[in-house]
Amino acid sequence: MTTIASLKKGQRAIIGEMNSEEIPLKLLEMGCLPGNEVELIQVAPFKDPLYLNINDTFLSIRKDTARLINVELIEDE
Amino acid sequence: MSKQINVALVGNPNTGKTSVFNNLTGLNQKVGNYPGITVEKKEAVIKLSRNLKAHILDLPGTYSLNATSLDENVVIELLLNKNDKDYPDVVVVVSDIENLKRNLLLFTQIKDLGLPTILAINMADRMDRKGIQLDIDLLEKRLNTKVNLISARKNEGFDALKQSISAYQNISLEPCLDASSIDKTYFESLQKAYPDQDLYKLWLVITQDVNFGKTNRNRISSESGFKPKSDSEIKQLQQKETIKRYQFINNTLKETLTKDLALATGLRAKIDRLLIHKVWGYVIFLSILFLIFQTIYDWSTYPMDLIDETFLVLSEFVKDNFPAGMLSDLISEGVIPGIGGIVIFVPQIAFLFLFISILEETGYMSRVVFLMDRVMRKFGMSGKSVVPLVSGTACAIPAVMAARNIESWKERLVTILVVPFTTCSARLPVYLIIISLVIPNERWLGLFNYQGITLMLLYLLGFGTAVASGWLASKMLKIDFKSYFVVEMPDYKLPIFKNVVYTVVEKTKSFVFGAGKIILAISIILWVLASYGPTDKFDNADDIVKSSTDLSRVTDEELETEISSFKLKHSYIGYAGKAIEPIVTPLGYDWKIGIAIISSFAAREVFVGTLATIYSVGNEDEQTIKSRMSAETNPILGGPLFTFASGISLLLFYAFAMQCMSTLAIVKKETGTWKWPLVQLFGMSGFAYVVALIAFQALK
Ligand SMILES: Nc1nc2c(ncn2[C@@H]2O[C@H](COP(=O)(O)OP(=O)(O)O)[C@@H](O)[C@H]2O)c(=O)[nH]1
Ligand SMILES: [Mg+2]
Repeated sequence: MTTIASLKKGQRAIIGEMNSEEIPLKLLEMGCLPGNEVELIQVAPFKDPLYLNINDTFLSIRKDTARLINVELIEDE
Repeated sequence: MSKQINVALVGNPNTGKTSVFNNLTGLNQKVGNYPGITVEKKEAVIKLSRNLKAHILDLPGTYSLNATSLDENVVIELLLNKNDKDYPDVVVVVSDIENLKRNLLLFTQIKDLGLPTILAINMADRMDRKGIQLDIDLLEKRLNTKVNLISARKNEGFDALKQSISAYQNISLEPCLDASSIDKTYFESLQKAYPDQDLYKLWLVITQDVNFGKTNRNRISSESGFKPKSDSEIKQLQQKETIKRYQFINNTLKETLTKDLALATGLRAKIDRLLIHKVWGYVIFLSILFLIFQTIYDWSTYPMDLIDETFLVLSEFVKDNFPAGMLSDLISEGVIPGIGGIVIFVPQIAFLFLFISILEETGYMSRVVFLMDRVMRKFGMSGKSVVPLVSGTACAIPAVMAARNIESWKERLVTILVVPFTTCSARLPVYLIIISLVIPNERWLGLFNYQGITLMLLYLLGFGTAVASGWLASKMLKIDFKSYFVVEMPDYKLPIFKNVVYTVVEKTKSFVFGAGKIILAISIILWVLASYGPTDKFDNADDIVKSSTDLSRVTDEELETEISSFKLKHSYIGYAGKAIEPIVTPLGYDWKIGIAIISSFAAREVFVGTLATIYSVGNEDEQTIKSRMSAETNPILGGPLFTFASGISLLLFYAFAMQCMSTLAIVKKETGTWKWPLVQLFGMSGFAYVVALIAFQALK
C-alpha cells in the first residue's frame, strides 16, 4: 500500500480514502482530503518530518501521521 | 449620541490578522488576557464615521471552528455566546490571497452561524508577483457577502473595509452550506428536539464537546427523543462536513480565481534549499543565534551605561537639592535606584524582541521547527518546542504559554518543565554585571570579546540543560501519548516594519509596567529594611562606633564607612542576611548577596537593584553600581568579594535555580496542579546549589 510516507522527493500523488480515526482533523481542514493532490517537497535531515504541498498549502507532518494517509502515485509522462 | 458596534477579527494563523488590526487601530490598542486563561486579548476602539464607533477585537488564529486548543476555544466560545459583552455585531474574516481555499473553510463556518461576515482578503500586494487574478464581484455573489481586497503591508483597501464594516446591516445572513445535508436524519431529529435553536450552532456545541473535553457535555442532553451519536460517529460527520465545505469552496474558486502556477513557488524553493539543508540549515540556525546574542551584547552596552549614569546624576541631584531628611533619602536611595534597575534592562529586552519578531515575521521560525523536530523528539519534545525555548530567552512566562501549540500532552509538559532553564532576560542583568566584574574585557584572536563569549556560553548552558533535563523527564514521565504534529510552512516575507515595532513596544511596555512594579516595590521595601533596625544598636550607631575606635587614628571618611557598615549590619536586613549567611558562605557569597538571592525569588532581575540599594545606603560617594560591587571585600577570605570563583559560582547558581514566582504561577495554571511547579522549584534550586558549591570550591 502506498502512503505519503513512501513518496520520494518531488513525487506527486492523489490522496485516497481516509479511514483512520488517528488522522488529526486539523490536517483535513488544511486541505488534506480524498481527491486532492499531494507533493513531497523535502524530507528533513534524519528523514523526519516531511515537508508537503497539499492542495496548495505547504505544511509539515511526521512520518507516523504520513503512514496513515493512502495515496495513488501520479505517473510522470 | 454615537453608536458603538463590536467587530471581531477572525482568521487562520499567519493571514495577517494582527497586521490588519494594527492598521485599523494604530497604537491605541489595549492588550490584556481573556478572563481565567492566559490567552492574549487585543482590543481597541476606533471611529468609523461621525456617529459610529467600532470596538475591534483581534481573536487568536484558528483553522476552523472545531477547536482543539485553548486559543481556538476562545474564538468559538465567543461566537456561540450571544450574552458575551464582546459578541460581535459583525465578523471580519481575514484571509490570505495565496491560501484562499483553506481560509474559506473558516469563513463558511462562521457565515453559517448567521452572523454578518465580511471577507477581507489580505496580501493583495502579492497578487501580481504570484500571477493571481480574482473576480471579486462574482465571489461576492457566490459567497453572498461583502468582499474587500486589502494589503496590510501597503496599507491599501482599509477605507473600503471600514465602509463595509459600517454597512454591516446590509449583509445577507444566508448560510453557505445547508447543515442538514451533512446527515439528514440526524440533523432533522436534532432540530426537532430543539426547534427554536439555530441548527448549525447546535451542531457546533456538540462537536465542541467532543473536541474539547467534556466540560459542556450537559449543554445538550439526550432528552426529548433526540438520539445522540458516539464520539467516533461525530468525528466522521465532522470529516464529512469538512469535505462538503471544500466541495462548495472548490466550485466557487474554480469560477473566480486563476493562478499562474509557474510563478507560484520559485523563491520559496530556492530559499528552502539553503535554510533546511541538512548541514547548512543547522549552521545557519546556530550562526543566527550567535549573531543575535553578540549583537544584543554589543548594542546594549552604550545605552545601558548611559542609563546607569543618568540615574546616578538624578540621585545626586535629589540629594543636593531636596531638604535633607527621610523623604529625600527614600527618593534618592530607594526610588531612583529602583527605577534605574528597571529601565536599565529596556535596551536588551527591546533588542531581543526585535530579533525574535523578525524571525517570526519572515517565516523562518517554521523552518527551524521543521529542522529541529527529529532532534527535539530525542529529548522528549517536539520541533515546536524550539519556539518556547527560544522565546524563553525573553521570558519564561510567554514561553510556557507558547507551549500550547504542541499537540501531544507529554511533549508539551516536558517543554513546560524545562523552559525555565533557558536564559531569560531577567538573568541577563545579573550575568552582565557579574561578567563585567570577573571576566576580562579583551578580545580573543582580536575578534571575539571574552565577555561576549562567556555570555553565549551561558545561553548554550541554558539550552543544553533544558534539553538534557527534557530527556531525563521524558524517561521518567509515564504518559501514553500519540505523536501528532502539523506545522504550516508559510511563504518567506520581508518583515513589516510596523509589526516589528509594535511587538517590541508592547513587550517592553509589559516588562516595564509588569515586572517593573514588583522590582520598584521590592527596592523600596529593601531600602526601608536597610534603613531601620530592630534594636537601639542601629539608632546609636554613631556613638557606639565612635567610642569603640581610636578617633585619632582614623580619617573622617574611614569613620563614615565604619558607621554605615555597622548600621547595615544591625538593620532588619542585616539580621536576615546574617541568618542565611552559613548557607551561602560555602558558595563564596557574603550575606549581602544572600539577601539579593532571597529577593530574587520575586523576580531575578531584582538582584542588581537589591545590591545597588544595599550598597548605596548611607554611601555618600558618587559611584556606579559596578564600582560599588567591585569595591566589596570578602568578609572571611579577605580580598575582593567578586572573584573569578565566586563570580562563576553566582553565574551558575542563577543559570539553574528556579527563582521566579510568576513562572511558578503560570506553570500551575497551564498544568492544572501545584505538583509541577514544586518539582521545578526544588529540583532546579537544589541542583543550582550543588553546582555552585562545586564550582566555587573547585575554583577558589
Ligand atoms: N506581503 C504581505 N505580507 C503581509 C501582509 N499582512 C501581513 N503580512 C505578513 O504576514 C505575516 C503574518 O502576519 P500577522 O499579522 O502576524 O498574522 P496573524 O498571525 O494572522 O496575526 C507576517 O510576516 C506579516 O509581515 C500584507 O498585506 N502583505
Ligand atoms: Mg496574530
